[in-house]
Amino acid sequence: MLTLVAILVDGLVYSSWLFIVAVGLTLIFGVMKILNVAHGSLYAFGAYTAATLIGVYFDAGWPPLGSFALLLVAAVVVGLVLGLVLERGLLRFMYGRDEVIIVLVTYAVFLILEDVILLVWGTSPYFAFQPYSLLDNTSIGVLSFANYDLAMIGFAVVLGAGLWWAIQRTRWGKLLLAVIHDREMAQAMGINVTLVFTITFILGAMLGALGGAVTAPEISVAPGIGVEVIVVAFAVVVIGGMGSIPGAAIGALIVGLIRAAAVHLLPQVELFVIYGVMTLVLAFRPQGLFSRAEARKI
Amino acid sequence: MSTVTTRRSAAILHRSSRPWGGLTFVLAALLALLVALPMQARAETMKIGIVTFLSGAAAGPFGIPGRNGAELTVDAINSGSLPSPYNTKGIGGANVEAVIIDEAGGTTKVVEEFRNLVQREHVDAVVGYISSGSCLAIAPVAEELKMLTVFFDCGTPRIFEDGNYKYVFRTSAHSTMDNVGAAHYVAKRFPKTRSYAGINQNYAWGQDSWRDFHLSMELLMPKAKVTTVQWPKLFAGQYSSEISALLVSNSNIVHSSLWDGDLESFVFQAGARGLAKRSKLVLTTGEANMFRMGAKMPNGVIIGARGPYGVLARDTALNRWFQKTYTDHYGTPPVYPSYQMAQAILGLKVAYDKTAQKMGGKFPTREQAIPNFEHLTYEAFGTTVNMALGNGHQAITETAYGQYHFDKAAGRATITNVERFPAECVNPPVGVKSEDWIKGGLKGAKCN
Repeated sequence: MLTLVAILVDGLVYSSWLFIVAVGLTLIFGVMKILNVAHGSLYAFGAYTAATLIGVYFDAGWPPLGSFALLLVAAVVVGLVLGLVLERGLLRFMYGRDEVIIVLVTYAVFLILEDVILLVWGTSPYFAFQPYSLLDNTSIGVLSFANYDLAMIGFAVVLGAGLWWAIQRTRWGKLLLAVIHDREMAQAMGINVTLVFTITFILGAMLGALGGAVTAPEISVAPGIGVEVIVVAFAVVVIGGMGSIPGAAIGALIVGLIRAAAVHLLPQVELFVIYGVMTLVLAFRPQGLFSRAEARKI
Repeated sequence: MSTVTTRRSAAILHRSSRPWGGLTFVLAALLALLVALPMQARAETMKIGIVTFLSGAAAGPFGIPGRNGAELTVDAINSGSLPSPYNTKGIGGANVEAVIIDEAGGTTKVVEEFRNLVQREHVDAVVGYISSGSCLAIAPVAEELKMLTVFFDCGTPRIFEDGNYKYVFRTSAHSTMDNVGAAHYVAKRFPKTRSYAGINQNYAWGQDSWRDFHLSMELLMPKAKVTTVQWPKLFAGQYSSEISALLVSNSNIVHSSLWDGDLESFVFQAGARGLAKRSKLVLTTGEANMFRMGAKMPNGVIIGARGPYGVLARDTALNRWFQKTYTDHYGTPPVYPSYQMAQAILGLKVAYDKTAQKMGGKFPTREQAIPNFEHLTYEAFGTTVNMALGNGHQAITETAYGQYHFDKAAGRATITNVERFPAECVNPPVGVKSEDWIKGGLKGAKCN
């Protein structure tokens, strides 16, 4: 019973983290058809910025609870600055080119940003553990869960619901849906696709940075953290269906729960299960669980 | 050397009587100069390639302290300021020039960079490699290129147990020592242990480490049972589920060979969720992170340094010099990768100096120096190094474990309850593979 509870809670915690990390990637792909490999760097920039801000904040002796707001501030600042620079300064010149070329460009950006991180923050890891320890623990029998992790579940639900509402219930969201369904037709109907692209990329960048910022308090923020993230985020997005936000949520849930079950019941296969699930999904639904197969336009 | 060049040129000038004698002289002088220059450079400079992580997750706790150890040792060797008996200038009389490169980027890149060091930089020796994967890939290439290569940190026992090399050396003991030592520590200090678990990265290092610890525990503490064995991937960062599994297992001991940022993330998360209070954590590489983590590492955690290095080093004149010079220079005490790197360069110096001495002060070739490196025993900064295994190419050393304590009042990390284990107690004897040695009941181990 205890193991079952552990699998459920651990699975939900990991799923929440996966969703937060992957949702920006799928949003950008859905609207812009760009597989943004630099998403891993945005995650790393978010984590480093949050760690730096938290360090400064606690050194100044300000009220500890305020540090949670810094996580959001870090994500907004990184997303706004890097998102704007990358989209306006580089990616807009690539629109209309082959998707593979754009992947290569974002990969190049990823490599450059990895070195920028080394230049700015150096090689030594950063710690920003205070918000993690601040929230204490909740005990279920011999199990003890960090409240910070449990709060992550709530945060992921709010984030997912907020995005769903923004896309389905607001004017901006409807414009976005129009661009997702048919970019050319949307442009012909007078929608400023360029502006939609810029806003979407900035929002996606903010979400990537947010993933890093909320993770920073529980890890050692070290060079290379973005590499691992891009791999798992990509797996989640592929399972759910590239470009589908509900797909990212379901993909994250499937991966999170199966991985937690593996850790508790068969730890030897933990490394394999994520990619095992991905392979199975791709074998039967190559477009992912939540994407519709599209006829190719000629 | 320059005197010889001048005399040769003068002799050629004297014999010259033909009209184009001037041209002949110039050509001959140039030729003599070209021949003499590399010889001169070789005698005056020994170029050593230093390979360590300068980027990536392993750079902070391992790569950079290793690089610092290299810089410090090379400077001291060149200025002759190492403590006695190593206070002669240079290596084999030659000034040392270090070429430092990054180990990050994967095995293919690491092998390419090694070839570059040998074929483009024309180094005389290479000292480096933290990852076991790097060492396994480099060893055959070093042999193919006939390049004297000293591994300073990587831990897998497979290098010399599965291979036989002439040009490859490793001056630190392999991971069997760490894990047999950890089991001895648990048996000695926690004899009531009835259950133990493991969390190790799912690749060569983690798997070898757990195998050796588990096999040793079966021998030393047969009543203790394994509860769960966790295998997170390298650089996972998130250990929420693994920590839950460890909490549910309610084990007396949790063994881990996690290293770099992974270890720090695990210790944060485990500390916050009370795992360190419920189970005694055994961190075989914990010393490398102790000064960086400070109060964030829970008190009472059992830590090792992959040998008697750092806070576990012997109190000798060499160690005091290393501690003081390093701390003065870098503002933080040296950790075990710094010691291991310095120890590897020192091994080269001892072998080359010994050879040069036998050759009347002439700088030796690597072929001449290698026999004097094999089976060498020398006093290093943390302990005595004995190149006993792998036909004299693999070191054994004593090891030590202790319990971490952070003194909040003084703001200092220290170590208590230290236990030392002799080299012959925790390393396999000559000619026996680690796994066979442990499975065979640690035959020949001398622990008293």
